[in-house]
Amino acid sequence: MSTRGSGTPIVAGQQSAPVSFISGTDGSIRRRLFLSRVFSWTCRFVTYAALAVLIVLLAAIIWSSVGRLAFDFVYNPNSSNPIKAGMLAGLWGSFWLILFTALFSVPVGVGSAIYLEEIAKDSFFVRVIKTNISNLAGVPSIVYGILGYTVFRSLAAVLKVWFDGQHAFNILGLFRLRLLKLPIYEDNILVGALTLTLVVLPTVISAAQEALRSVPSSIRVASLALGATRWQTIWRQVIPAALPGISTGVILSTSRAIGEAAPLIMLGALTITTMVPGNIDSPVKLITRPLQVLHAPLDQFTAMPIEIYDWSKRPDPQDRFTAVAASGIIVLMLVLLSVNAVAMVVRHYASRRLKW
Amino acid sequence: MPAITSSSVPPSVAGVDRNLDMSAHPAAIQATGLDFYYSEHQVLFNVSLTVPERSVTALIGPSGCGKSTFLRTLNRMNDLIEGSRCVGQILVEGQNIMDPAVDVVLLRKHVGMVFQKSTPFPKSIFDNVAYGPRVSGETNRSVLADLVESCLKKAALWDEVKDRLTKSAMALSGGQQQRLCIARTLATNPRIILMDEPASALDPASTDRIENLIGELCANYTIVIVTHNMQQASRVSHQTAFFYKGVLVETGPTMKIFTGPSEKKTEDYITGRFG
Repeated sequence: MSTRGSGTPIVAGQQSAPVSFISGTDGSIRRRLFLSRVFSWTCRFVTYAALAVLIVLLAAIIWSSVGRLAFDFVYNPNSSNPIKAGMLAGLWGSFWLILFTALFSVPVGVGSAIYLEEIAKDSFFVRVIKTNISNLAGVPSIVYGILGYTVFRSLAAVLKVWFDGQHAFNILGLFRLRLLKLPIYEDNILVGALTLTLVVLPTVISAAQEALRSVPSSIRVASLALGATRWQTIWRQVIPAALPGISTGVILSTSRAIGEAAPLIMLGALTITTMVPGNIDSPVKLITRPLQVLHAPLDQFTAMPIEIYDWSKRPDPQDRFTAVAASGIIVLMLVLLSVNAVAMVVRHYASRRLKW
Repeated sequence: MPAITSSSVPPSVAGVDRNLDMSAHPAAIQATGLDFYYSEHQVLFNVSLTVPERSVTALIGPSGCGKSTFLRTLNRMNDLIEGSRCVGQILVEGQNIMDPAVDVVLLRKHVGMVFQKSTPFPKSIFDNVAYGPRVSGETNRSVLADLVESCLKKAALWDEVKDRLTKSAMALSGGQQQRLCIARTLATNPRIILMDEPASALDPASTDRIENLIGELCANYTIVIVTHNMQQASRVSHQTAFFYKGVLVETGPTMKIFTGPSEKKTEDYITGRFG
């Protein structure tokens, strides 16, 4: 039997007593309203508490950066003098790393997601892969660092021997990159980017899978019913419909690699260096120095988080490197914010081509 | 129980003669001894049905009776369901479409399909209609433009959308979207059109337009329509097939099925005693 708020049962053919709508006149409602308010205030409190921690952290960092943060911080190389130390090498290192990480992880990640969601038949094997991709996202990045060291760095060491031409196996000696008169390193950008690709690949695949799953299957069925092949359906319907989701998801998960320090330190990335990969220290040189651009992927590097880590633990009697580390954090956060902004713009343009 | 009389059956739409005995017409589809399974679960039992050329055949029956499954075997859309299995023979214009050598892409161009829920692509109206020809390789703009216009006219949608062909198809009303889907199907130049409850999500006025459209299209196309709405079946079809629990109970000219069915089960369903 249904009851009203007042608890009066409704009897057929008999009108129930009128109920007062004035608040506070009904005990059970008062109790429920109270609980509801307690719940909403609890939610509000935890949200603001988390926000407050963030704001305090941000304020502390900005406060600490006073004394070093200036424009020259982004174009000065690193230095043992805290007044001069800048982030140029880290910025360029991170730029090259993220560029190649994206180049490796986007095709592999999106391709795997398309295979898993659109092409693979449901089988035990496929289900094992799907489950383990999310598990892989939880693997600590230092583990990928060890893997990268064992596989990619060792591979680079072999290639270095071949290219350097000081070895019996010098079969590629003719094409030595020594033509550039620049050395090759085994702890180079490509090795770092390949390792970071392993770190971000699970999240890239998951993000792309999520975007593909959100495309209604009625679109696929309708396309197939019109005589489109599976490939035409994927290429002309599914991918365009999933593109806003794929691109933002992929940009955001790739940008996580910008903040990774552990696997790079594991690989032997430089900590204290003034060296910029390929000696390209300004955007103009990306165009004017093609040979150096070619060399950059095979050069040693450092990255923004590594420099921050190094500055924050550097012993200094007057603690002057704290301001440098704080400035580094601010630059890193600004870079991350602008990557997120790019993701938003990309999403906007990708969805504008769709006519939902 | 009042006897069923022809006067209690609603009038048919223009272009459909429900008394016509179509058995002499050449067959567009001949299904023989069709069994269908989802994994181990059998949903069609020994179904044999002949669909005459350039006519409308309505498939009726309660939910879960297998009428939609049967419809989907006709252009092999069930292939998309993993673990499904079909035994028997289906001849479409004399060719056995169950043959593994059959190219389903070609088959589906020949046997078009309109779904219950209108499924416009998130593209412009023009691109929706031009999709079928484009995936088969047509790139000539003026050919496509002519085709889009003629298909939209055939689907009785041209006058409503001719000024906004580049606008999103998603902005159309439900009834317009469904007619767009019909136009899109016509653009692949099919000879047979399968419709899976094409009007069940539409308001009465839009339903009326779709029904009249079916009456016009059947002069040139063979149409098989699944419907829950018995009045609709009686209005738009030459031939009606009644399915019950995976078995094709009875087939015949629509007027005969609705006024003097030979099976008790059919009569009970038609008169609303179950279903």
